Amino acid sequence: MITATNLSKIYNGTKVLDIEHLDIPSGQNFGLVGNNGAGKTTFFSMLLDLIQPTTGNIFNNDITVSESEDWKPFTSSFIDESFLIGYLTPEEYFYFIGQIRNRNKADVDAFLAPFEDFFNGEIIGRKKYLRDLSKGNQKKVGIVAALIGDPEVVILDEPFANLDPTTQIRLKKLIKDLSETSGTTVLISSHDLIHVTEVCERIVVLDKGVIVKDMKTSEATLQELEQYFSREIVGS
Amino acid sequence: MFKKFLWLEWKSFLRSASFGKSLGLKLLMGFLALYFAAMFLFLGVALFPMLKKIYPEGDPLLIVNGFALTYFFFEFVSRFMLQTLPVMDIKPLLNQPIKKRKVVNFVLLKSLYSFYNILPLLLFIPFGLFCIFKEDYPAWNMVGWMLAVYSITLCVNYLNFIVKKRFTDNLKALIPLVILVLALVLLDYLAIFSITEYFGMALNYLVEHPYLAIIPIILLVILFKWNQLNLESKFYLDGNLKSKTKEANTQEFGWTRRFGSMAPFLQLDLKLIWRNKRPKTTVLLAFIFLCYGLMFYPNDSYADMPAFFVFVGIFITGVFMINFGQFVPSWDASYYSMMMAQNIPMRQYLASKMGLITVSVIVMCVLATPYVCFGWNILFLNIACALYNMGVNIPVLMFAGSFNKKRIDLEKSPFMNYQGMGASQWLVSLPLLLIPIFFFWIINKFISHEVATGFLAGLGIIGLVLRPQLLTFITQRYRKRKYTTIAGFKQQGD
Repeated sequence: MITATNLSKIYNGTKVLDIEHLDIPSGQNFGLVGNNGAGKTTFFSMLLDLIQPTTGNIFNNDITVSESEDWKPFTSSFIDESFLIGYLTPEEYFYFIGQIRNRNKADVDAFLAPFEDFFNGEIIGRKKYLRDLSKGNQKKVGIVAALIGDPEVVILDEPFANLDPTTQIRLKKLIKDLSETSGTTVLISSHDLIHVTEVCERIVVLDKGVIVKDMKTSEATLQELEQYFSREIVGS
Repeated sequence: MFKKFLWLEWKSFLRSASFGKSLGLKLLMGFLALYFAAMFLFLGVALFPMLKKIYPEGDPLLIVNGFALTYFFFEFVSRFMLQTLPVMDIKPLLNQPIKKRKVVNFVLLKSLYSFYNILPLLLFIPFGLFCIFKEDYPAWNMVGWMLAVYSITLCVNYLNFIVKKRFTDNLKALIPLVILVLALVLLDYLAIFSITEYFGMALNYLVEHPYLAIIPIILLVILFKWNQLNLESKFYLDGNLKSKTKEANTQEFGWTRRFGSMAPFLQLDLKLIWRNKRPKTTVLLAFIFLCYGLMFYPNDSYADMPAFFVFVGIFITGVFMINFGQFVPSWDASYYSMMMAQNIPMRQYLASKMGLITVSVIVMCVLATPYVCFGWNILFLNIACALYNMGVNIPVLMFAGSFNKKRIDLEKSPFMNYQGMGASQWLVSLPLLLIPIFFFWIINKFISHEVATGFLAGLGIIGLVLRPQLLTFITQRYRKRKYTTIAGFKQQGD
């Protein structure tokens, strides 16, 4: 579904991302792990054509993202709060996203119904603007909005951060179901190794922009990841 | 501790995102400041002889005292409109071992260095000195007068803060106050109860008994204390938050649905305007500027300069276009990356913005029809100007907008707010107004008024016909600039 070739990004002479080849097949639950500055958000931003790659290309369903806008109808994402429109209420935001993804009000209402638990009564019908919601609730709105309109590719940057424990567990189930039932390709990044290993079939570790590990998730994955990230601490 | 605060202020000034970028703007502001300083100083020196010349019988000092209240009133109004409250980012200081009073005092004392407090000095001190040295007024009495008058100026400074703090969130609460002031002005005007006279008499009395200057000084201290207590009570995180969480207004603008695929964007823009302070004020300003014509049409001195009416026509029908259009796409700055990643073709996004502005031009043009009572010529000219705005100026503005890369804080008032301003804003306003004026002037001079009007309308119609092609061209520009724009909008701070 998604292919990156020769992809690199250089800021002021520093290479922040350098991926020779990465292929993410359709329907895969893909996890991106790495320390701060590893290039996770940069990669996602390039995938969404928000940043121009210095070299190379990303293809989303064989469409070069930086040349055509045709990938937009089947791709949706939530990167950070700058994806929310602060002066709308959550409902209005959902309807807006629904409209631009060709879903009418009734469709969106039907889509939102199963998320009642997820929202925990703090989002729908509270007559509050998004800018006045707490960070966690903003995130919930962003994640759910990214699922409107049956996208084939969903990109979530750090979806677990800022969420309360109950919501984290619900979100894990949600993401798993998503790729199992509808074959959606889900790309997430996280700092939480336990969550990613539980959710993702495949985990790629980035370090300073370079892929250092690419593994299929198994029983041993969590331990391997923990070992990798504690190597410097253990060594000293 | 004060030194540390000063250091923080200095850093925030030097490291703000726009520092060094808007040099032109800084130069302009500096020039304006110098100009006003020079004017006040000149007035301060020349006021006495001037008054002597106009009112040979009166004592200039008494005349000045008679005008004093009016002066302070206007000072207050201009401060209220223009002076920004001294702010300090208190959030990082809240959990530090710093006494609240120190921070509050710093903020309040900092405000004394405002330009608005220095200007009156340039007026009062030269006038006072002139009285003492040139006109042999008793020195002590004049020193008392200078002290008193300057203290009142500073009182206005602090009064403004209190009024602003209390009323900016709730402008309706100001209405009784405005009515009171209007009543006083009216009573004064009808000479029933002349408050300015009483105020002048009080000042005259003060000149005779200079030790009474202590009264305004005490008043100043009281106002300072009041501010201090007021600010201290707001020294909490939720002190600022409280006023923010208003109940959302959930108007739907359902009628926009008939615009088809543009509807969601139109709705979004209408909500943007309706729910945020800065765009909302922009719209209100547009209606105020609608009256602009009244300043020019009845005035005979412009009657033989019809080219000037082109300026008025472009301006009246296009004031919203200019004020709103020049900041496209900065209005959407805070969520621009979402707009770019979502299923929104750039062309449609731009088309809906152009649509909104076009509608505004039509509305303003319709609202300006009463000007027909100044002649049919003016009506036709305004319609031609509206067409020109729609056909030519809107694409020009949208094109210029592709250079915008400064974010706008939607919740800040637009008065003296230069956030989002850059060189392109200054450059674009000129051709918008000058080009049509130039064409009109030249054709009107050599052919006729009717042909000149028709020419402007014709240009506009050509632009409207070519709009799809222009849109394609502008869309390409925006797509090329996309990455720069996104990166620019990510930069916080002004």
